[in-house]
Amino acid sequence: MSEHKVIDARGSFCPGPLMELIAGMKLAQVGDEIEVLSTDKGSADDIPEWIRKVGHDYLGSREEGGVWHITVKKTK
Amino acid sequence: MRILIVGGGMGGTILANNLARRLAPEMRSGKARISMLSASERHFYQPGLLYLAFGRITPDELYRDQASLLEPGIEFRVDPVEEFMLDKNQVKTKSGKVEGYDIVAIATGSRPVPELIPGLAENSETFYTEETALRMFKRLREFQGGRVVIAVGVPHKCPMAPLEITFMLHDWFKDRGLNDKVKLHYTYPIGRVHSLENVAKWAAPEMTRLGITYETLFNVKEVDGKAKVVRSEEGSETPYDLLISIPAHRGMEVIEKNKLGAGGFIPTHRNQLNMEGRSNVYVLGDTTNLPISKAGSTAHFQAEALGENIAAIVKLGAPVRDYDGKVFCFIEAGKDRATYAMFDYQNPPDPKAPSKAIHWFKMAYNKLYWTSARGLL
Ligand SMILES: Cc1cc2nc3c(=O)[nH]c(=O)nc-3n(C[C@H](O)[C@H](O)[C@H](O)COP(=O)(O)OP(=O)(O)OC[C@H]3O[C@@H](n4cnc5c(N)ncnc54)[C@H](O)[C@@H]3O)c2cc1C
Repeated sequence: MSEHKVIDARGSFCPGPLMELIAGMKLAQVGDEIEVLSTDKGSADDIPEWIRKVGHDYLGSREEGGVWHITVKKTK
Repeated sequence: MRILIVGGGMGGTILANNLARRLAPEMRSGKARISMLSASERHFYQPGLLYLAFGRITPDELYRDQASLLEPGIEFRVDPVEEFMLDKNQVKTKSGKVEGYDIVAIATGSRPVPELIPGLAENSETFYTEETALRMFKRLREFQGGRVVIAVGVPHKCPMAPLEITFMLHDWFKDRGLNDKVKLHYTYPIGRVHSLENVAKWAAPEMTRLGITYETLFNVKEVDGKAKVVRSEEGSETPYDLLISIPAHRGMEVIEKNKLGAGGFIPTHRNQLNMEGRSNVYVLGDTTNLPISKAGSTAHFQAEALGENIAAIVKLGAPVRDYDGKVFCFIEAGKDRATYAMFDYQNPPDPKAPSKAIHWFKMAYNKLYWTSARGLL
């Protein structure tokens, strides 16, 4: 069963939202969706960039009250 | 009130001592009891491993007898926890004993898992354990030149270690007159040379100035020891003669086995530090799943917040403060210069130019740590 997981990386300067996602990806199953919460607007660019480079799916992002919700799917 | 601390490392020890001082009257009157269960009779100062890899610290300097660091009155036993029975407020230990508690704090730390990447453990040197740091020291002494690659796994404890080892390697080879024979190549998992933007802004030009090349968005997928090549998840590869790794980490197996958290990291409230969904289970140090650095200073600041809160629960019936995400890290910028980064959930760091004074402060802290663990600093 695929899951929807949330990584709350708000206020994370180090390791930061992308690094949290990279760690979370390793623990996820193929098919899982991961939603990263980030207060760093740079995440809306650097997360999709990494996801495309590695070959997972980028499902989209939205901003709500200063928090970016970036959703991706593990494909392999 | 029975307070049980699981883990006698940085977080557990600072918390136990902090609590013992705050709760001295309650411990005397029998109203509070503090016990600690750990997996070792020795306390291990892991930051010293960075220097052990260069022969600048000896192994005996990394350890102290754990019991000697604890305030009188703390009941300490070496008997690792094997089972957490959170619904019953009990743990079961390796010796088979069952220990009850009213409040438990879990600080069992994290461990490197190079074995999860094919070829990494067999083909790289690292400094994350005493044994591997000693092996790295011997290897560095023998190394006469070639391409040295630094590879970084995620998550890892001590976020500054990748930069520190790189700059210290540079000075090691320079001092041995090998700089023209050695090519240092740094790799990093995200799109800049460090997760902290201000640190990356300082470190990238510093690497260029020193002739160190770097490659970002590089997550190690496998190491081919025959071809002497590291391949990345991103599809690139880089050759090496000597591979230095900062391996990815997991929490302790006991956490995973008891299903307390994926990867051995326990879901933890970012301000109150209780395990999500449990009001009498607290988590600190490397064991949390919080999106902050896995560092001794993190464990230290969390222990101070928790010490104040648990004592307040005993004395007032409720916690009194939030942990604000504070972290402080020294950054060695070579063999004799250093800077530091301090930040929390709201404020990014603003590192200053490296200086000799900060380096000597870090060296002094390596000794002062034992006072800090006792809670005196
Ligand atoms: C090479 C290196 C360099 C570092 N440099 C720095 C630095 O410069 N600055 C910094 O701030 N941090 C640094 N760190 C990180 C720092 O050492 C850790 O983040 C810190 O020790 C975490 O504290 P902790 O209490 O969570 O875990 P630990 O200190 O690892 O303690 C865990 C404790 O739990 C015990 N335990 C394990 N399993 C069980 C069980 N089942 N039951 C009971 N007890 C158990 C262990 O025996 C141990 O006593 C460095 C680490 C390394 C490896």
